[in-house]
Amino acid sequence: MIKAPFDVATIRSQFPILQLPSERPVAFLDSASSSQKPEAVITALSDYYRTTNANVHRGVYQLSEQATFEFERARGRVALFINATHHREVIFTRNTTEAINLVAHAWGGSNLRAGDVVLLSQMEHHSNIVPWQLIAQRTGAVLRAIPIDSQGRLVLDDIDTLLQGVKILAITHQSNVLGTINPIAELTQKAHAVGALVLVDGAQSVPHMPVDVQALDIDFLAFSGHKMVGPTGVGVLWGRKALLDAMPPFLGGGSMIKTVTIESSTYADVPARFEAGTPMIGEAIALGAAVTYLMDIGMANIAAYEHQLSAYLIERLDEVPEVTWYGPPVGADRGAMAAFSMTGVHPHDIAQILDGEGVAVRAGHHCTQPLHAALDVPSSVRASCYLYTNTHDIDRLVRGLSKVKQLFG
Amino acid sequence: MSDMYRDLILEHHRYPHNFGTLDPHDVSQEEHNPLCGDRIRLDLRIVDNKIAEVAFSGKGCAVSQAAASMLTDELIGMDLDQVRQYGKAELLELIGLPLDKNPVRLKCALLSLKALKVGVYRYLGQHIETDDLD
Repeated sequence: MIKAPFDVATIRSQFPILQLPSERPVAFLDSASSSQKPEAVITALSDYYRTTNANVHRGVYQLSEQATFEFERARGRVALFINATHHREVIFTRNTTEAINLVAHAWGGSNLRAGDVVLLSQMEHHSNIVPWQLIAQRTGAVLRAIPIDSQGRLVLDDIDTLLQGVKILAITHQSNVLGTINPIAELTQKAHAVGALVLVDGAQSVPHMPVDVQALDIDFLAFSGHKMVGPTGVGVLWGRKALLDAMPPFLGGGSMIKTVTIESSTYADVPARFEAGTPMIGEAIALGAAVTYLMDIGMANIAAYEHQLSAYLIERLDEVPEVTWYGPPVGADRGAMAAFSMTGVHPHDIAQILDGEGVAVRAGHHCTQPLHAALDVPSSVRASCYLYTNTHDIDRLVRGLSKVKQLFG
Repeated sequence: MSDMYRDLILEHHRYPHNFGTLDPHDVSQEEHNPLCGDRIRLDLRIVDNKIAEVAFSGKGCAVSQAAASMLTDELIGMDLDQVRQYGKAELLELIGLPLDKNPVRLKCALLSLKALKVGVYRYLGQHIETDDLD
């Protein structure tokens, strides 16, 4: 019924955690939270510590040169992956959250004035809300949000009015709850027309579809390694070089300076300016391996497969009358995830019973309290897929929901 | 899992005891769990340093609601010194759930106890650290 452009069984065999001996292997449906890792990434991480471990950008000895080479090669791979014009536009951060904080503080701190508007949307993750609130408190800037409709899409009828006074549009590419894929290229055109910059939270899009920063014409892109088969502890901020060059540092310390006296310092060029202290060397190298892994399969192939998974997930959830799922109907603008509620049963109870059936899902507000307020539910259950998810995983979810009905019916 | 949803828990969830609010009341304390959005409000009437009447309201999972239901049954007639002695261990014994290895659901079970402790200590004009109930 689903014809993947690649062999899903082979993909699954490359993920050690999906091969653990168990009477009832886990149906892992929480990849939107953090993905599993293939052997190639785990090996890259351990190989670094086994064979290449040394600090980067410092030593004159061979080991350090090799570590630096691998670290910088990973930067290059990431640049290629998102079609950046220059590898220097890729800054390694801890995660998406830190990347957004970097822009909010370094760019926002020196460019936002009292009354300037930061435009967000109702469906943002807290990581694309709270950093802007912090900088708004410091600068007097104000936050505004694009509303969403009942199908979980942005309401863009009044976008021209919403964009008035906006200095930066900070918006998610794909909602981590609704699965909605937002029309970034179109929004960017409109934002640029009023002189606003565009930061895209790519945490949920970069792992799942081709993301080309030049085609989208955006200014900043933030994403996390651990959601795209890479390790935790490494994320990326991509920014246009001219913008990055003009930004003051975010964190101060080693590596980010040219000269230091007790009184003052001059700062290194990008990306070093924004990478204070010893970076996550092994993790960045392993992210490079993750990117290579994904590119070998092909992001377009992954997106095509997940589109079918998305349709299958919704089709099966529709068989359970007590389930209400959120977000747009199946189509090109919906990713392979579904947040849902079940009449009369709390999301925590649903997730707990599913766990007992070997199905891993997330329950809660998924770091989107403003979105849940708009949906008028305190929390939801979320099932999310990735390239290693198969229809059997989704079948087990639906069987688990029958168990929930049985207990609470 | 089946332990978590044994009949008694489901029964208290379906038909909670002492559900509602008290007006007037001597204590009304609301606590919420920011992780899941669960809320519990606990109302008490206190006569001669004893809990004379109790009611709880709010929304939450089966574990938090059933724990509140069972706890409120225990509270009627309890004096405030006993409330001060009543803690996590007593509540877990009361509801009989294996939550030692499930810190997320432990918070659900403890929500009503937190409301009780905070509310009663406030009534007594005393301060309580609730770190072990979070």
